[in-house]
Amino acid sequence: MKVSVRVNGHDMTADVEDRMLLVHFLRDVAGLTATNVGCDTTSCGACTVLLDGESVKSCTVLAAQADGRAVTTVEGLAGNGEMHPVQRAFHEQHGLQCGFCTPGMVMAIVSLLRENPHPTEEQVRAGLEGNLCRCTGYHNIVRAALAAAEVAS
Amino acid sequence: MTAPTITSIRAGRIGDSPQRPDGRQKVTGEFAYSSDLWLDGMLWGATLRSPHPRARITGLDITGAVAMPGVFAVLTHEDVPGRETYGLERPDQPVLAIDQIRYQGEPVALVAADHPETARRAAGRIRVSYREEPPLADARAALAPGAPSVHPGGNLVRHVRVRRGDPDARAAVVVTGEYEVGMQDQAFLGPESGLAVPAADGGVDLFVATQWLHVDRDQVAASLGLDPDLVRITLGGVGGAFGAREDLSMQIHACLLALHTGKPVKMSYSREESFFGHVHRHPASMRYEHGCSAGGRLVYVKADIVLDGGAYMSSSPAVAANAATLGIGPYEVPNVVMDSYAVYTNNPPCGAMRGFGAVQACFGYESQMDKMAAALSMDPVEFRVRNAMREGSVMPTGQVVDSAAPVAELLRLVRDRPPPPARDTGDLRSLPGGVSNTTHGEAVVRGVGYGVSIKNVGFSEGFDDYSTARVRLELTGGEPSAQVHTAAAEVGQGLVTVLEQIVRSELGVERVAVLPADTTIGSAGSSSASRQTYVTGGAVRAACAEVRSQLLARAGDPAAGSPGNRPPGLAGAAGLGDLVALLGKPAEATVTWRHRPTAPLDPGTGQGQAHVQYAFAAHRAVVDVDTELGLVKVVEIATAQDVGKAMNPQAVEGQIHGGIAQGLGLAVMEEIQVAGGVVRNPSFTDYLIPTILDMPPVRLDMLELADPHAPYGLRGVGEPPAISSTPAIVAAIRDATGIPLTRIPVRPEHLTATQPDEGPDPPSAMIMGRNAPHRVPFDPRS
Repeated sequence: MKVSVRVNGHDMTADVEDRMLLVHFLRDVAGLTATNVGCDTTSCGACTVLLDGESVKSCTVLAAQADGRAVTTVEGLAGNGEMHPVQRAFHEQHGLQCGFCTPGMVMAIVSLLRENPHPTEEQVRAGLEGNLCRCTGYHNIVRAALAAAEVAS
Repeated sequence: MTAPTITSIRAGRIGDSPQRPDGRQKVTGEFAYSSDLWLDGMLWGATLRSPHPRARITGLDITGAVAMPGVFAVLTHEDVPGRETYGLERPDQPVLAIDQIRYQGEPVALVAADHPETARRAAGRIRVSYREEPPLADARAALAPGAPSVHPGGNLVRHVRVRRGDPDARAAVVVTGEYEVGMQDQAFLGPESGLAVPAADGGVDLFVATQWLHVDRDQVAASLGLDPDLVRITLGGVGGAFGAREDLSMQIHACLLALHTGKPVKMSYSREESFFGHVHRHPASMRYEHGCSAGGRLVYVKADIVLDGGAYMSSSPAVAANAATLGIGPYEVPNVVMDSYAVYTNNPPCGAMRGFGAVQACFGYESQMDKMAAALSMDPVEFRVRNAMREGSVMPTGQVVDSAAPVAELLRLVRDRPPPPARDTGDLRSLPGGVSNTTHGEAVVRGVGYGVSIKNVGFSEGFDDYSTARVRLELTGGEPSAQVHTAAAEVGQGLVTVLEQIVRSELGVERVAVLPADTTIGSAGSSSASRQTYVTGGAVRAACAEVRSQLLARAGDPAAGSPGNRPPGLAGAAGLGDLVALLGKPAEATVTWRHRPTAPLDPGTGQGQAHVQYAFAAHRAVVDVDTELGLVKVVEIATAQDVGKAMNPQAVEGQIHGGIAQGLGLAVMEEIQVAGGVVRNPSFTDYLIPTILDMPPVRLDMLELADPHAPYGLRGVGEPPAISSTPAIVAAIRDATGIPLTRIPVRPEHLTATQPDEGPDPPSAMIMGRNAPHRVPFDPRS
């Protein structure tokens, strides 16, 4: 089937199999490989992207469901070479080690901060429950989210 | 097709916490993980694996797969041109099954096709006839006389005996215990993947996420029947490791397919296949007997530890040695009788995972220390302190601990931390079960527990443990800049950051680039055993010293060539202007660096200078337990660790947080559930790792007691956090509930009276490839 998706501000139309997942559309059709696949079962959140501004796990969304809608991946966050505040906060707060979860974490936090620009630590944790990290023990990720909120305010 | 060179001009010397040089790429998505590799015209590989843990292959028909359009190759063991087996310590594992199956998930055949789905479907058309045999699924039964042999020569992989003092020592107070550890998975987030590219010279270039490039290369070359120089490995971006990438997964398979088809071949495991595609932490069955004087001094420890190595050897011999030599913990014990066994079974192969051998034993000996303290009516910390090892103590192997061993101090630090606040029963999120609203606090009890651990750093028992580093200093755009080249795998731990810090400190230049790790330079050894900062850091420091000598010689400095001459930095020593003049031609040095040698263990007594360095950490856990539902919330972890020298304090803290999370997972949730050799939960819906809500606050005390034998005095930091956090949490649950708890992970039914059901039936076939369909769910969080 034919799907048209606005990906990081660029319109993209492609003929894809009906069952194609959004994450494979992004990685294999659009060539945007920052969005990682960690589990295939909607458990880990590494594939989190924004669909019309809200975070979704793109391994659980069909490309067809994104037809006519806008998708933002971590590649679309930085503007003019300037990192998004959440990206910068991850970098500065050592919010990553292997970094495989990072694109999904960053997108989940971007979405969280849109809904709640001044979250408490508990709200950050509740908002990231669906994103697994195996390296960091999460504390520096929480610090990064809170630092990004601080910068944005 | 090479990984990008990572360059950073941000300042940061030893002891600073500069930002990671790969951090920008990782937060912007530019960083290429091995799963992101792509070449036009490449093929996709898929693996057919056995659904049975033990079987004879009575027939194998690939014609249905070969006939499918889009399929370029279907390979079985008969297509392996070189050695048909591989392995870290002994090549006992078939590249592809040879007539028999020894574990569920064993690779039987490979397919390369022009689309991942085609490859997967073609694998499903391979007809394999199996004659199933009863699996040998119990490690102690595998040691019993008359047990069927998994391999010729019997099921004993290694028996490590340690004997110290009087084997018949007696004591006033004796406690015994039997303990079990379940099979933990490393559960790195980026599944196994890589890209093999056939080369015009008949060789192959492999881009892969791994921990040890040269040992991969040697195993791949042997099975391909190629000279090792014709197998070139470049590190792809690594999505975590924790030991699981020390063994091969898809490396030989992808290269076989690439050489067979003459095309690049990519393989990328699904999460389900990942569970079958790498080794796990050894399950353990342990029996301990501790004897103590009435005054609270340990008199003897007798123990036997049986480690289930599964179907193939992997690193089991080293795991058994760690369990044996570290198996009484960081305590002074004059009389020791220790027997550690690694055995073959038809369970999944087990090998390296963070803290290996030490993790299992620590649960045993720390459980015993609490039991003995209770028998003596002593405070558990006071009892440990009274028996704590210190610098100068003698290990059960006879080895004298010849640098800081601040065990008592670490214990006191965590004990003296203020307790966390009382629970807020008005806030459901702070209770076990959280927002699931399973309690209002009526049956919730709090407990406190302690654990302390010892771990060897680096490779032991006489292994020639070295690293190779090349450092080049030259002018780039008129400015001095340094390049560092090693084959050391950056797996997330931050090695690239630390290597840059070392070069900045040694050479006094700001611009430093760490080149991609590959096999065009000598081995760096494995990114495991908490060793890379020590060993590759040592090699880089040595190469910097060599470069500095060359430049000082150019400058006519009489101190040049003196290895003891360590000015603070070249720029500082010679002046930047002079340095620019001296660099009319680049200065370059390649150095192979070794830590001081270790020695084998005596096979009869286990005596020997087996380890190069010991690392220590202590943990205090505070937990809340809902005694009606058996749910546990870890409220806080206090930890203290001696790191020798915090090369990068922020990265050290990150290692400690992450290690504690994995120790918490083993304590209360993480287990590959294996029944009759069949894995019941190969997915992240059923194999649970700690989420952000499970992770408690960490209160950290970091000691920096320099080890005079180590570069910069540093001590390996990666593993201790994952070792004693587990028994501390279990001790806290015991303290809360009064239940003995002899098995980890602790499950809800261990804390209540209910029993779990048996779970679903095993699958009838296993076809692996991208998006292999997820199977039946299994009893989550049980």
